[in-house]
Amino acid sequence: MTAALTPRERVSLALRELYQRYGYRQYTVGKFEEYDLYARNRNFLAGEHILTFTDPNGRLMALKPDVTLSVIRNTRAEGQTRKVWYTETVYRVPRNSDGFQEILQTGLECIGAVDLYTMGEVLMLSARSLEALGTDYVVDVSHMGLLTGVLSAAGAPAKLTADILAAAGEKNLHTLRALCAGAGLPAETVSLLLELCSLAGPVRETLPALLALPLPAESRAAAEELATVCATLSAFGSYPVRLDLSVINDTDYYNGLLFRGFVDGVARPVLSGGRYDHLLQRMGRPGRGIGFAVYLSELERLLSETLERDADTLLVYSPEDDPARVAAAAAALTAAGGSVRVQLRGEDGVACGRKIAPDGSEVD
Amino acid sequence: MAEMLSIALPKGRLGEKVFELFSQAGYDCPELRRANRKLIFENPEAGVRYFWVKPSDVAIYVERGAADIGVAGKDILLEQAPEVYELLDLGLGRCRMCVAGPRSFRDDYARTLRVATKFPHIARTYYGSLSRPIDIIELPGSIELAPLAGLSDVIVDIVETGRTLEDNGLAPLTDIVPISARLIANKARYPFREAEIRTLCTRLEEILKDERSPL
Repeated sequence: MTAALTPRERVSLALRELYQRYGYRQYTVGKFEEYDLYARNRNFLAGEHILTFTDPNGRLMALKPDVTLSVIRNTRAEGQTRKVWYTETVYRVPRNSDGFQEILQTGLECIGAVDLYTMGEVLMLSARSLEALGTDYVVDVSHMGLLTGVLSAAGAPAKLTADILAAAGEKNLHTLRALCAGAGLPAETVSLLLELCSLAGPVRETLPALLALPLPAESRAAAEELATVCATLSAFGSYPVRLDLSVINDTDYYNGLLFRGFVDGVARPVLSGGRYDHLLQRMGRPGRGIGFAVYLSELERLLSETLERDADTLLVYSPEDDPARVAAAAAALTAAGGSVRVQLRGEDGVACGRKIAPDGSEVD
Repeated sequence: MAEMLSIALPKGRLGEKVFELFSQAGYDCPELRRANRKLIFENPEAGVRYFWVKPSDVAIYVERGAADIGVAGKDILLEQAPEVYELLDLGLGRCRMCVAGPRSFRDDYARTLRVATKFPHIARTYYGSLSRPIDIIELPGSIELAPLAGLSDVIVDIVETGRTLEDNGLAPLTDIVPISARLIANKARYPFREAEIRTLCTRLEEILKDERSPL
């Protein structure tokens, strides 16, 4: 029997139920927004290209390349925490691609009083979002303060910090060493950076090792925050979460907890999230923010089932057959729970389990 | 049985050297040593599957997860900027990305500099860092001819020995970045194959350390 829901629809439904179970409200945005919003936050968007058009009033508009900025813009009330989720199509030029694509993403944002509990809840929801896909998955977590704490304690200038974070993001320790040597950073700073970047694996094993490192104050606070968030997460259940400091993002927008999700069989991250207090500050909004997006488009191959047949039964009829008799035969087949494709005898190209005539006789 | 680690190797001399290195590290593949036209070779005992790939395509295979890991020149990584981990500098295929031109070349800042190259992204980034306006002339090959024929003022290209430049009355003018072969890994495959990839890195590092240690 043909399933009523496609795997993608089943996943969308499971995510909606999951987010609503924790009190997140659906947030719907229009397809377009004033271009100015994106122009002012261009670096926040992964790509540089934005599809624009002029509306009848002469305003420059953009097809949405992102949802988070719209949610933040819509956040005004002080003292009230917003918990929302969305499923939207965004329009972007993916990295190393030469054309716009419609990208379907589901995401979740929590803006306002984001504390240790909230971070644990959002991390749990990100893990459960991947669990809903029904395949092996892993969530890599990191904290921006771990590396930036070491670098600021060593007095590293902004450009060096950005270069070292980029090398950490590639697990490129040979370049990291060369950058440190070129800048003359102290040996203990270099060895701490290398140890941090080499710490990768399940949090159960790596967190104790992280906490045992001789970290400067900012990094220690970050490590302790991460440990508390992971402990909060384990109170919800057991999830495959790894510590991996190659999860980094733009410090102009992101701060604190960062995470990225992968599923076995998909070549790119399918989930990305973290704290974005800096983005809120840049947009003049109070409070703290955390959220994530699940890239449903990346799951296309994982979630698309190959349709082996168009229907269970192919009902073929001749021009001489009484239409009412054909209809009665089709109705009987669907009433029995099967699916039926009805077509004139002689047409090809349809794959069905069996082929019958309106009188029920098998047809070759 | 565990899934095999798939490795994209660059076809050609560099790829053969890289394969020797991997073999020394315990990832041999006897099938690959038998000359034939196959493109995929497996050694289930060592848990590896090798692909021979055009050198400039290795990063694409790895970034898109067709291969878990691969070996690509730093020139390709800088040019294509793929979203991959760069785990090791293998030190093989060492050369330099240079600005080269006629020995007598003097940059005339009153004019836009015409730069012929196979590496437009690297050239644009380099001159962008110097705020020098340039006109990129992208050529797939025989770059050295461009300044000789008056097509460009300089070239941005890989220089290994400098012999081709010298034979044509050209010389390296500025080094942009040193180039060598790098071990890269797909970011989404890494967490699922971490143990195997780390073991491979450690073994390769040990061999490289022995080879680099002073006599």
